[in-house]
Amino acid sequence: MTFQSWISEPVNWVYLAIGGAVLVSGFRVVTTQNVVRAALYLVATLGGTAGLFLMLSAEFVAWTLVLVYIGAVIVLFLFGTMITRAPMVRDTGLDNPKARPMAAVLSLILFVVLSYTMLTAFGSTEIAQVGEGTDTRILGEALLGRFVLPFEIVGFILLAALVGGITIARRDLTPLEEEERGSV
Amino acid sequence: MTHLVLAVEAGAPELVSGGFFAQWAGIMLVAPFVAFLLIVFLGKRLKYLGAEFAIGAMALNLVWASILFVQNMSHGIFREENFEIASIGMFDGRALVFELGWVVDGLSIMMYFVVAFVGLLVFIYAVGYMHGDVRVTWFFASLSLFAGSMLILVGSPNLIQLIIGWEGVGLASYLLIGHYWEQKENSSAAMKAFYTNKVADVGLILGAILLGLAIGDFSFAAINEAAANHAEPLEAVAFAGGLLLFFGAMGKSAQFPLHIWLPDAMAGPTPVSALMHAATMVTAGIYLMARTFPVYQDLVGGEAARQWMVPIGVITLFAMGLLALVADDIKKVLAYSTVSQLGYMMTAVAAGGYTAGLFHLFTHAFFKALLFLGAGSVIHAVHSNNMSDMGGLRKEMPRTFWTFVIGSLSLAGIIPLAGFFSKDEILATLDHEGYQAFMWVAIAGAFVTAFYMTRAVALTFFGSYKGHGHPHESPALMTVPLVALAVPSVIAGFLNIPGVEFGGFGNFTTWVGARVVAMGDHHPEAIDWTLAAYGLTAGGLGILIGWLLYGKDAETQLARDRFEIPVLYPLLRQKYYMDHLALGMVGFTKGPAARAVDWVNTYVLDGIVNGVGGGVRLMGRFVYGGLDQRGIDMFFNGVSAGADSAGLALRRLQTGRVQQYAMGFVVGALVLVLAIAVFN
Amino acid sequence: MIVTQFLVIAAALFSLGVYGLLVRRNAVMVLLAVELMLNAVNINLIAFEAVIRSSQAVGQVFSIFVITVAAAEVGIGLAIILMIFRNRQSANVDDFNLMKF
Repeated sequence: MTFQSWISEPVNWVYLAIGGAVLVSGFRVVTTQNVVRAALYLVATLGGTAGLFLMLSAEFVAWTLVLVYIGAVIVLFLFGTMITRAPMVRDTGLDNPKARPMAAVLSLILFVVLSYTMLTAFGSTEIAQVGEGTDTRILGEALLGRFVLPFEIVGFILLAALVGGITIARRDLTPLEEEERGSV
Repeated sequence: MTHLVLAVEAGAPELVSGGFFAQWAGIMLVAPFVAFLLIVFLGKRLKYLGAEFAIGAMALNLVWASILFVQNMSHGIFREENFEIASIGMFDGRALVFELGWVVDGLSIMMYFVVAFVGLLVFIYAVGYMHGDVRVTWFFASLSLFAGSMLILVGSPNLIQLIIGWEGVGLASYLLIGHYWEQKENSSAAMKAFYTNKVADVGLILGAILLGLAIGDFSFAAINEAAANHAEPLEAVAFAGGLLLFFGAMGKSAQFPLHIWLPDAMAGPTPVSALMHAATMVTAGIYLMARTFPVYQDLVGGEAARQWMVPIGVITLFAMGLLALVADDIKKVLAYSTVSQLGYMMTAVAAGGYTAGLFHLFTHAFFKALLFLGAGSVIHAVHSNNMSDMGGLRKEMPRTFWTFVIGSLSLAGIIPLAGFFSKDEILATLDHEGYQAFMWVAIAGAFVTAFYMTRAVALTFFGSYKGHGHPHESPALMTVPLVALAVPSVIAGFLNIPGVEFGGFGNFTTWVGARVVAMGDHHPEAIDWTLAAYGLTAGGLGILIGWLLYGKDAETQLARDRFEIPVLYPLLRQKYYMDHLALGMVGFTKGPAARAVDWVNTYVLDGIVNGVGGGVRLMGRFVYGGLDQRGIDMFFNGVSAGADSAGLALRRLQTGRVQQYAMGFVVGALVLVLAIAVFN
Repeated sequence: MIVTQFLVIAAALFSLGVYGLLVRRNAVMVLLAVELMLNAVNINLIAFEAVIRSSQAVGQVFSIFVITVAAAEVGIGLAIILMIFRNRQSANVDDFNLMKF
């Protein structure tokens, strides 16, 4: 497929728009000096990603993304930011200046290598047009059929994360308080 | 391994390899040692305190040796059985082999017979003589030890075993001379015998080494064959080796000046004197000379050595005979007589009379043992060794008397007794080989021999009894051996009448000539009656004068005995001051010589050793300090310091900051990926 | 649409995430960068699923798992940061150097 034919499809315009937004947001996530703005930019990135998912007929995953990531994770982040009293204003010291050039180079190289590899590997493999979407029933059956074991394990992971999070973040009780409370 | 005959030259004896008795002749060598062990462990409980085993072994040996003797008569035997004990490789590819075994040939058969015959009779005699004496069991054990060693000596196929046997008889001699060691002079006598023999053994061992190394083989067969072939390497060492061997023989066979131990050896019990110091042990030197006769006969160096050996033999012969004239102790008389007769034998062999010397050895063994046993019988009766305590015993001890007389006459060389023939043959040898002067000395020696023996007989058996108590004849256990020995003293001479052979059985000459090579000595065709007449005259004169001087009553005897010829007598009494000379030599060795050697050792040798040690120490210090401490240690210190600083530098990587670690592995991962991408 | 266009976006997001991981000083910001990277992975998975069109929508299932695990991980991570902040009164990663030599 040539670039001409590719650019002539409307789908790809939409793609370009969403993709552009995602990229810009992603860039801003790692370069902004404001913690809250970083989180919000991440929200934008994730939203754009959801759109891309929709384009790829993965509705369920897209909405799961919105729900879990944007709805829960980012909120978590904002909470964490507030609790650790990270300054919510511009902070010059948010980046490590010494590492910046090196990291930039590295990520650039990484990008180039990855893109090049994928271009040469997959070239012009086409994807079906935005169409029917994926039946959620299929996902459900897969999750509880073929992938039931990972499903359960992931459940355990979540449980562990829950319990662990609470345990880690607990305030150590002084012996007096322990006695008063009558429990650990 | 069996050596067979190699006929070297024409006229070599025609030999067979013998039968069962020759093959197993080693039993004769071993039997006395078995008896020794049995006596040591079981002897005390037996009736005769162990003598049974000794006599049993000797009886076995006598039977065996007699069989071999008879076998050798019809056909000369030569057989060697060897067992290789060790082998040492030498530089030039040869190997020195150390073997033990036995030889059965004419010479050794004769010696086996003599040892067994005289030994058995002496053992039987000793049972009676030593009755009630102290340490009888050990006595018989030592006698068995001696018999075994003597057989090992005469049966040895090589010089090494001979030396072993030689030392063995020396040990037995020491043990037996010192039997009554409670008296200091007896143990001193034993030591004197041992030391003198030890000095001579130096010569023996050196000579053996020289001859053996020259041809790379110590066996007599090889040495004699090499000598008969005039082999070059043997020729080179013949003079030195021959003289050295003779030096060793001088010690054992009491040649002047190493004779000093034999008279003192009379301190041992009389059976010992009879067996060892008359018949067998002292003949070992003569035997050695006979065994290695081709070396002296066929090699130029050997013949040169003989020029020294004959005079020594002659001196011994004559000078020692004179000493017998002034001895009061009857055993001393016999001892000097033995030395003198050994001189005769040595002179004969050295002059080239192989058969003559051996024949005299043969006959002398019989009559000298007889004389000693007779003397022992007298001593036993009179309880004293000195002839001044004896006298007129012929009535009380008839058997002893007659046998003693027979022995004396044989010794004096009176026809037709054995001594006549053997002594005459020696005179004939000296005459034939051109030693006329020495021949006359030997004839004079015959005169002296007859003289001192008549004196001894007269002082002991004639006149009136000068001692205490009532002597009586010895028991049968002692007189029977006397008679048994008297028989060969009479008839043994007929075995070797020149020119007479017994049908197909030869005579002593052929028997003793059954060797691996021909001895090459001169065999006279008939008796030279002129010479015989001279010898008989000398002997008869000696008897006559002796009888005239001493055949009288007790008073005259003593008076005459005490008469001292001015210069000669003290010299004789002091035994030519030989003992003083020997003591002086010992003193010198102990004193100045030892001190000088000590000085050299302390300052020169130790100085060298200490110097080397000091040098090594210095070098050690240098190696330690310089090389090790500074050099090597610095290297290692440097390495460790380098590792240290490298570590210090590298630990800065551990910042503890996770981001930097993350940076690190992103870099690493990228490098890997790039590498794969580029090089693929 | 070709698949590469989505993969390129994913690669770009991933690289940005790496950059952020290495550069940011605040621990929370670092976690945000990690989220970016996980997100990029998700895009990859879905894109390939769209190509393969497996009968059981494997790529999408996998993507769900990734999201879930990411959420759990964020929870724990923030808890840890909280604790460290309480101990050291600082969320600056440069200060978390107790493992220094």
